Amino acid sequence: MSTTTGQRPEPSTGAASTPPPSLPEKWRALPLPARNLLGAAVALLVVTAFLAVTGDLTALRLATVGYTFLALAGLQLLVGGSGQISLGHGAFMMIGAYTMALLVLHLPMLPLATNLFIVVAVSAVAGIAVGAATARLHGPYLAGATLILAVGLPGIAHRYHDLFGGSNGLNIRTVGVPPFLDGVVTTSEWRALVVWFTVLLVLAALATISGGRLGRRMRAIRDDETAAAMSGIPVGRTKVVAFIIASAAGGLAGGLQAYALGTVTPSSFALVLSLTLIAALVLGGIGSLWGALWAAVAVVYLEVWASDLARAMDLGHNVQHNLPIVLFGVVLILVLRFWPLGLHGGLQALRNRIARR
Amino acid sequence: MDHFINLTLNGLALGAAYSALALSLVLIYQATRLVNFAQPAFALLSVYAAFAVTQITGSYWLGFGAALITGMTAGAAAERFVVRPIARVSPLNGVIVTLGMLLVVQGAVGMIWGNEQHAFGYAFSYVGRFSPADIFAVSAVAGVALLLFLLYRFTAIGLRMRAAAHHPEAARLSGVRVGLMLTAGWAIASFIGALAGMLAAPPFLYPNVFDIVFVFGITAAVVGGLDNPFGAILGGMLIGLGGSWVSGYVGPELATLSALVIVVVVLSVRPDGILSRPTARKV
Amino acid sequence: MSETPLLKVEDLTAHHGAVCALDRVSIDVPERGLCAVLGANGAGKSTLLRTLTGLHPATSGRVTLDGEDITRLPAERAVTKGLAHVPEGGGVIVELTVEENLRLGGLWRSRHDPETLAEVLDLFPPLVERRGKPAATLSGGERQMLAIGRALMARPRVLLLDEPSLGLAPMVTEQIFTLLGDLRERTGLTVVLVEQNAAGALGVTDHGFVLNQGRVAAEGPSDELLSDDRTRHAYLGF
Repeated sequence: MSTTTGQRPEPSTGAASTPPPSLPEKWRALPLPARNLLGAAVALLVVTAFLAVTGDLTALRLATVGYTFLALAGLQLLVGGSGQISLGHGAFMMIGAYTMALLVLHLPMLPLATNLFIVVAVSAVAGIAVGAATARLHGPYLAGATLILAVGLPGIAHRYHDLFGGSNGLNIRTVGVPPFLDGVVTTSEWRALVVWFTVLLVLAALATISGGRLGRRMRAIRDDETAAAMSGIPVGRTKVVAFIIASAAGGLAGGLQAYALGTVTPSSFALVLSLTLIAALVLGGIGSLWGALWAAVAVVYLEVWASDLARAMDLGHNVQHNLPIVLFGVVLILVLRFWPLGLHGGLQALRNRIARR
Repeated sequence: MDHFINLTLNGLALGAAYSALALSLVLIYQATRLVNFAQPAFALLSVYAAFAVTQITGSYWLGFGAALITGMTAGAAAERFVVRPIARVSPLNGVIVTLGMLLVVQGAVGMIWGNEQHAFGYAFSYVGRFSPADIFAVSAVAGVALLLFLLYRFTAIGLRMRAAAHHPEAARLSGVRVGLMLTAGWAIASFIGALAGMLAAPPFLYPNVFDIVFVFGITAAVVGGLDNPFGAILGGMLIGLGGSWVSGYVGPELATLSALVIVVVVLSVRPDGILSRPTARKV
Repeated sequence: MSETPLLKVEDLTAHHGAVCALDRVSIDVPERGLCAVLGANGAGKSTLLRTLTGLHPATSGRVTLDGEDITRLPAERAVTKGLAHVPEGGGVIVELTVEENLRLGGLWRSRHDPETLAEVLDLFPPLVERRGKPAATLSGGERQMLAIGRALMARPRVLLLDEPSLGLAPMVTEQIFTLLGDLRERTGLTVVLVEQNAAGALGVTDHGFVLNQGRVAAEGPSDELLSDDRTRHAYLGF
């Protein structure tokens, strides 16, 4: 995967791989989609290897990192790419998750891939509606309007109890491991792999988009909307397109969440999800897919560590329950204070400093 | 018809709290150009302080005072020690760090007082149509708004604060300590936020009690125009009335969606809010 | 210049990032002096004024006002020492009314000072009828008057003016320059005038400094600078 909004075309690649140093020219000669797909393939291998080492226990956690990564990558495209701040990203995850659950419950004969396509289509349509309604808004006004979307939407699940299951949500059973892999991988490992396969495929597409004309237009708008408009870039349309892509990515992430967890409840899409997503993105670093990856890892693992820590130290119930959120907030504040460019920027600076020695 | 009047009066009382919270957001936006997501957290801390003081002393009004003082202190400290060094580097980071403070304070409150609900009383009786508690809410917010107007319009410190917000450099050259004025602005805003909290919290207090109130507050600020304190009050009343009517006639679950409809309709006509002044865009 | 200078700048150096904007600048301004600081775009004229009042940090060197070291004083304290700075473009706060702008200037001394306000309004008749209007409604020349008026409200000993003629009609510029001479006569004000309009500035001042790439390239009595063809051609471009 190449960086979403990198100013220079970095020859960077998969989650943990770098191209062999002897081949950088050959690598650069490849077309961008091919490079991104290769990077995604390498990343999938890394994930598989990680899964093989850690086993069934971390599979669900890994799947969580996967779909969170996708949701954040969509948000990254919107915020880092076109400079629009959406606080309602969780709403699109909710739309995707409920679409997925309803499809599995009411049209059980459809294969997973079809479901995922429908999920993307539905959340893209929602993105069109919201994006068109908010196209003229900027800065805090867009943030405010999308925020209220994130808060208002779970109300619908409560209101139409029969269809959406109210506060208990919906429980679904999806197909498990295919027969030929029976005994080789567990169900949760298989689900984690399916999630990551989908996520990486879509990320390769997102990286290609942001490396192309649309990405350049979005960055021009982010840097100076007036100047972009005067150079003939269709500002309104580009912003709406960015919003739609981000919504579709968020919706797909929600669909994958429903698939991986097997349950969908309105409370998992509460206000705090949307706020955590945007905060995590800044924590990870605005402007690159790496930032989105660190953000996803931080969201999932800070919570895990905090819970482990609280249990290990035998802290009281109140402390235990609130430690994850406090830890996330403290880490966020400290990173912003000392690494204004987020974890990705901080790590890069650190690497440069070591390289200079 | 009677039902309608009840809903309207109820909406006004709710709107008072939303207006106060919106006002606190607008004051900070005017001074620092960022939306302070930590505002509900400061209010939460303030109301829990009131809860603790009232428990110890048995006096509601001592608790009320403690809430206002806690709010002011929290706002001033946050601006001086957390927001200022971070927002100087990047405005987006300044906004996000207020989110970080929201998470930390909300979690810390849960750690200290637990996540369960505590009974938390009104200042006055809440029984009946437009009860004494409702009258207190509306008049307290109206009084604070009037005092604020007088402070900004007619006092030396108000003039300094406006100068510091609009043109920091020119203010400095006229001898205004701009940093101090920003801190003062945050303190005043969080004072009003604490008042909003005291009005909105009853009958129960728990760490997430202000989530919805805050969303209505920010919606009110956006609808009214983030640049205009009067807009905040107007927006708060609009959201309060809209929410009350929709809950009364359609269903309480859809009250938040009514706010969404108000936002979309208002902003599609006036993208900068109802009372925004047309200002020259900096290119 | 035999008397002890009121404003003394010694070896003042300042940077914009890695670029040296002021390179060991030394300037003496006597009490009741009217000095011009001239030079091309980017010569460091504005940076000099901004460093004097503390808006821009000095890397090294010293600024003294009447013997007191004010080099590291924060900008909001400069005015309390008697140093009033009218920044480039005036820095009028357009959201405030004309009168509020003026009151702001005198606020560090006292909350309410109707005498000074009346005196300043006397100097600028166009402002009188507009005192209740937002400053945004003023024309360019009126804004410059308001900016100078606001600085005078502080009752400064030294007035630092950054390109007051910028974007103004020649007649308005002339009015402002004449006013500076009058003020010195009547109140003993010391003025440092940064200008690109070298001929106009040298016409009203008694001493001039020419900055070039952050250094003082030439200095002398204004009439001598005006008649020295070499300096004129090399640095002042007329």
